[in-house]
Amino acid sequence: MRVLVCIKRVPAVAGRITLTDGDRAIDAQYLGFAIGPHEECGVEEAVRLIEANSGESVVLTLGPAEATEQLRDAMALGITRAIHLVTGGEEWDGQSAAAAIVDAVRADEAANGPFDLILLGNESADSGGYQVPVRVGRALGRPVVAGIKGLTVADGMARLEQEAGGGRDVYEVPLPAVVSVLEGLNLPRYPSVPGRIRAKSKPIAPSSPERPEQRLGMIRLVVPQVAATEATVLGHGPDAAPAVVDMLASLGVL
Amino acid sequence: MSAVLCLVTVADGAADEVSLQALGAASALASGGAVHALVIGDAAGAGDLGAWGATQVHVATHASLTSFAPDAWARILADLADTLDVAAVVGPGSDAGNTVLARVAARLDVPFAANCTAVVPGDTVVVTRARWGGSLFEEAAINAQRAILTTQPHAVAKASTGGSAAVASYAATLDDADLAVRVVGHVAAAKGGVSLAEAKIVVSGGRGAGSTEGFAPIEELAGLLGAAVGCSRAVTISGWRPHTDQVGQTGTKIAPDLYIACGISGATQHMAGVKGAKTILAINKDHEAPIMTGADYAVIGDLAVVVPAISAEIRRRRG
Ligand SMILES: Cc1cc2nc3c(=O)[nH]c(=O)nc-3n(C[C@H](O)[C@H](O)[C@H](O)COP(=O)(O)OP(=O)(O)OC[C@H]3O[C@@H](n4cnc5c(N)ncnc54)[C@H](O)[C@@H]3O)c2cc1C
Ligand SMILES: Nc1ncnc2c1ncn2[C@@H]1O[C@H](COP(=O)(O)O)[C@@H](O)[C@H]1O
Repeated sequence: MRVLVCIKRVPAVAGRITLTDGDRAIDAQYLGFAIGPHEECGVEEAVRLIEANSGESVVLTLGPAEATEQLRDAMALGITRAIHLVTGGEEWDGQSAAAAIVDAVRADEAANGPFDLILLGNESADSGGYQVPVRVGRALGRPVVAGIKGLTVADGMARLEQEAGGGRDVYEVPLPAVVSVLEGLNLPRYPSVPGRIRAKSKPIAPSSPERPEQRLGMIRLVVPQVAATEATVLGHGPDAAPAVVDMLASLGVL
Repeated sequence: MSAVLCLVTVADGAADEVSLQALGAASALASGGAVHALVIGDAAGAGDLGAWGATQVHVATHASLTSFAPDAWARILADLADTLDVAAVVGPGSDAGNTVLARVAARLDVPFAANCTAVVPGDTVVVTRARWGGSLFEEAAINAQRAILTTQPHAVAKASTGGSAAVASYAATLDDADLAVRVVGHVAAAKGGVSLAEAKIVVSGGRGAGSTEGFAPIEELAGLLGAAVGCSRAVTISGWRPHTDQVGQTGTKIAPDLYIACGISGATQHMAGVKGAKTILAINKDHEAPIMTGADYAVIGDLAVVVPAISAEIRRRRG
């Protein structure tokens, strides 16, 4: 079986976001980088599928040269090899990112046969476009199921579960298929030291796609203005309990 | 002035709130032009949509539409958008709305702007949309003849116009390919405590809880308050609690009357899930934790002793 997982390098923002580049990018000077939680689950699922079914798992990113860091991280967890669509660091809108991914999939499949499953995150952590998986599936003529938290593969079919109405809706689609996943699908493993060492010698195939004109044209980013209110300190340590319960009583929640 | 088409989804026999908000954005985009609302399958509530800005309601039917099928829904929207020659197609920024509208955009090979919080009509539609789960916004121009977008839940006001709209049925044309992806079954959830998404009170623990066992005092307080238990991502990735308990950008978004955050630093992605909370109490040993600026009240101290003290005080007062 062959599984592809698509990941995106994003700044690991935690506190207040500051902007740069004429308010068109996050100032990541003092930030680390990561991939989104949904994509972490996609990587874990790809590794598990190949552990269970044998074959190869491939990780793909469209991102700057530095995104090799995220590709190596994924390979440290057990992914077989990587495809790196190297950009100059500018953002690509959902349409152009999907088109570049589709071209890369076609090229890899021409040489190595079809991917039974292409896994992506339900939405990217930074842009939250909610569209690359659907566009990739449409272009490849494969079924796309979005936002899934349960996945089993058997007899050329995928059974997929999606949270809905206090329970789970079930989809069944034939492979090859495209699936976008949500955090909670699985509990991702941590990389091992031998895994990290092995990842250093796993292959990364680079190429440099042309960035087309952007049709969802970003004008600028805006950090929401939140009134920085300081919390009223009700007390220190266990002695604060009466003041807390007074507050709860005044809210009427007791 | 231009015609706009809006997908309206139905829950419990009526159009859901997020769809009425989408209809509000559709009315703004139409700026006096026709506002077509599309309801698929379940006609419940279709007659009321005129009051929320629709000037014409279409109820799509097809013998094969017995369960949710996102590509079929997208096909119907795309066909109707062509027939009505609309300038924009709008939908609710729910899971269903986002995947269906993305599929409409993929079919037409045009841009898609998810989770818009503001729309400006014009030859080129300009939107503001949520990124990072609402911790950051983007102004963007939709460079296309037909703008495809969804509205971020609870960010756009629904518009009560008091109007009325004719309801017409629309016989959809679908191929097998449109029905390849569809819901074929449902697994009911195990019945249990208070649902996190709907709880009036949520007591959450973060890395400061220290372990699975460290949640015992949090569960005790939640039990006394009839609250749901939540947690941060630091907790779920450590395996202390299931992901269903996670609050935040990639967890559950909650809107309780009271949120008690114990040993949680208040990262933007966590706070993205509690924007709807009316009152926040933070219990943290660090008086400089970021959550101190997001919370209304705080106790500075070790949650392992503060939380049991609060429970004991509640018990004492209840006698
Ligand atoms: C794309 C993306 C999506 C994310 N989605 C989510 C999400 O949905 N939900 C989420 O929660 N996070 C999410 N995160 C992670 C987020 O950035 C933080 O890493 C996470 O919220 C931190 O959890 P925490 O506050 O429990 O841990 P920490 O940041 O480590 O904070 C622990 C806090 O506990 C306090 N503390 C320690 N010991 C005690 C004690 N004994 N008593 C009292 N206080 C104590 C410390 O002072 C500190 O403030 C996401 C991250 C990314 C990149
Ligand atoms: N630049 C990229 N490189 C690789 N995968 C991507 C990229 N952008 C988006 N994706 C994938 O598509 C998913 C959804 O992205 P989006 O449509 O931007 O919300 C992400 O979680 C990734 O799995």
